[in-house]
Amino acid sequence: MARGCAVLGAGGGSDPHLGLLQALQATEDFGPVPLVDLDDLPDDALIMPCGGIGAPTVHIEKIENGDEGARLRQHLEYVTDRQVAALMAAEIGGSNGLQPISFAARMGLPVVDADGMGRAFPEVPQVTMHLAGISPSPAVMTDERGNLIVFRTISGHWMERLERAAAVEFGGVASSTEFSLTAAQAREATVRNSVSLAVQIGEAVAHARGSPVDALIAEVSAFRLVTGKVSDVERRTTSGFVRGSVVVEGLGEDAGRLVRLELQNENLVALERGRVLASVPDLISVLDSETADAIVTERIRYGQRVTVIAFGCAPVWRTEQGIALTGPRAFGYEFDYVPVEERAGARA
Amino acid sequence: MLAPDCRLGIDVGGTNTDAVIMDTADRVIAKAKVPCTPDIIGGITVAIDTVLRSPGVEPQRISHVMLGTTHATNAVLEREKLRRVAVIRLGGPATHSIRPLFQWPPELADAVSVGATIVEGGIEFDGRDLSPLDTDAIARFLGRVGDGAQGVAITSVFAPVSPRHELLAAEIVKRELGEVHVTLSHEIGSIGLLERENAAILNGALAGVARDVADAMQGALAAHRLHPATFFAQNDGTLMGLDHALRYPVLTIGSGPANSVRGAAFLTETSDSLVVDVGGTSTDVGVLVNGFPRESSRGVEIGGVRTNFRMPDLVTIALGGGTEISRGPDGVRIGPRSVGYLIQKEALVFGGATPTLTDSAVAAGRVALGEPRRADPHRRLLAEALARADVMLAEAIDRMKTSKDDRALIAVGGGSILVPDQIPGISEVIRPEHFDAANAVGAAIASVSGQVDRIFHVGPGGRQAMLDEACDDARERAVAAGADPRTVQIVELEEIPLAYLTSPAIRVRAKAAGALGGLPEQHLQAHLARQARLARPTEPAAPS
Repeated sequence: MARGCAVLGAGGGSDPHLGLLQALQATEDFGPVPLVDLDDLPDDALIMPCGGIGAPTVHIEKIENGDEGARLRQHLEYVTDRQVAALMAAEIGGSNGLQPISFAARMGLPVVDADGMGRAFPEVPQVTMHLAGISPSPAVMTDERGNLIVFRTISGHWMERLERAAAVEFGGVASSTEFSLTAAQAREATVRNSVSLAVQIGEAVAHARGSPVDALIAEVSAFRLVTGKVSDVERRTTSGFVRGSVVVEGLGEDAGRLVRLELQNENLVALERGRVLASVPDLISVLDSETADAIVTERIRYGQRVTVIAFGCAPVWRTEQGIALTGPRAFGYEFDYVPVEERAGARA
Repeated sequence: MLAPDCRLGIDVGGTNTDAVIMDTADRVIAKAKVPCTPDIIGGITVAIDTVLRSPGVEPQRISHVMLGTTHATNAVLEREKLRRVAVIRLGGPATHSIRPLFQWPPELADAVSVGATIVEGGIEFDGRDLSPLDTDAIARFLGRVGDGAQGVAITSVFAPVSPRHELLAAEIVKRELGEVHVTLSHEIGSIGLLERENAAILNGALAGVARDVADAMQGALAAHRLHPATFFAQNDGTLMGLDHALRYPVLTIGSGPANSVRGAAFLTETSDSLVVDVGGTSTDVGVLVNGFPRESSRGVEIGGVRTNFRMPDLVTIALGGGTEISRGPDGVRIGPRSVGYLIQKEALVFGGATPTLTDSAVAAGRVALGEPRRADPHRRLLAEALARADVMLAEAIDRMKTSKDDRALIAVGGGSILVPDQIPGISEVIRPEHFDAANAVGAAIASVSGQVDRIFHVGPGGRQAMLDEACDDARERAVAAGADPRTVQIVELEEIPLAYLTSPAIRVRAKAAGALGGLPEQHLQAHLARQARLARPTEPAAPS
């Protein structure tokens, strides 16, 4: 599952290794966590989406206590006057995809086989619940010390702004829940089976008979954009996000090709000679050519041997509203979204 | 009698132990290659004896000895001679969701730990206290486990931002337990709590090993009535003094390949190129950047434990001078077995019965050794094997290249006779004099480094002020480690912005290096002259 979360992170999210260790320790200490399908929950069951917010570089030092999840639940129950029935990953990509397992094990709650993105995105409101018109409020944020804030905001944008500012004061990372919803709402408003997908990706890679990269591409029906080595990395921070670009120079069959990835925490766009190969909201992942391990944007280094793949996002992101929230124009690009399979078809 | 003015460099490899003696002008005046022994120290002793008895060597002239050794790695892998360590993490109430030593191989954890605790304390990324340090909890923990502890490993959250809680905790350890070996994580690793903590624990466990090897080597030298200043090579190919090595033995892990890359740079007077080091059993391909081995961006696993101290970025393949060749059902088979140091007996050209890659190189006319006609009956097998080995080598080299442009390749190590003159993507193969002792030369060239890996907040001075501060700190650390201030230069500078935060912060890694201080003035002059010859813009060209 950790491998799968890394691939679905599309370059963003914290290193899933930490989430994996947390999940392993919690299930060792408190027992296994059941994975439930939304169809198996009563319509009015309250689901608490949760995850970490803040800087991955801080997270690799300041790891959670483990009790944050219980505190989020307690206060969400207090302000909503309802019982939480299950936890859900707000985003499946990166460490956040595994975070709910560590929390759920301590509380004896199940985790639902769904998430709010089907990948990783940088901003709080970039979730499918937002598209479905579910309110991010009341949101609860806490740290390892027991400090706690309840947020009620007039929009997703304000939630993003206030939560990120608070995360800095908490010490660069915090745990939070937003967009709490019922199982009935979640059936329409989430990306379903994404936990299973992460597990399947991990299994495909682990049991690959030949190349792990080929096995992964087959598992998610991805398109191979280029295989080569990282020949240039440029990164800069602007208003809280790492922006930059990575150039991958083709090797072997791809010799002579140069593919440029533009990134803002996640990989946003892949370009070749000014032509777009793939863009958000479709997923672009950079894999180690040998092991198929996904490499997060902060870890990309000159000289690494990589394969860049792209695959289709959850269908909800391809609606008019979805594209407006997470398409190329939402990230400041001047072109329209075209699904990766159409772009790949046009190239072949 | 001349004043002591020579350095003795020793490097323990997988197959052989090499020793060289270098003078103030950095000339190699003697070298020796002897087989490794299972206890390592036997090989070191024989190498010292052999090189000191070489013609033209006056042992009394040895003023410094520099050792690169595999003791630490072997001790972890074999779980032998490890000390038992009390593990203290300063970071509560954070970090409890992953406890110290979690997911370590159980036998290693049992061999190393007398107990672990997480106490309140630690630092935030912006330098504030995460929580006030709970000194009483540390004292209570030590009271519980202290009797069994031969060392203490202390790791604070964000120690690379400020070591103040680690330093306070060290004082409490001293108060409670007296003079026990203490490892502070900020001295070893960079950002990444668990990996840095793992490295600190391993370091505590290895303290006895470092003491043993230092004592044994000094004993071997004392037999020649020598008492030179003693240094250990660390994983970037630079040196640390004996005191530092005794406190931080884990830093010796990875010194072998680093020594080879540094030696190759020194022998060819280049600062940027590819280096292939072919030994008896394996081949390492590394990259020389600004005179130092390029460091791996991935964490390094040692004995099944993830650590994050910086190791040379290498591709290693099972290909060496002693690699055995046989015919299997699918054609020729190369290795992975090697006759190792028995090459002088086992190889065909030396009258043995085992076809090796050395025989292939002789049969192909790449080198004249032994009696070439003894290899004749196996001519076809040897030729097929060499063709296959050439492909393996070319692939390994290509994986380390950073651009498609042709690059020069420096071939070193006793087995580098295997390396062909023509390799795809390689403009020329450089074979320096003393190529077979480049690793020991790398240990003996005597440079010292200092590193910084910290998170900075963009202040009024802007980005440049932070970079300057990081560089100044790295320079200071190099000088503190023993570098001559006149020679210290920044050899590496990297900045990584922090994602998902609203306040601008960057992580800066800087490394400075210079020549070891306290050597004769002629040596300093030789170092400065070489530095001047190499001084030229080394920025890689950006792809258009």
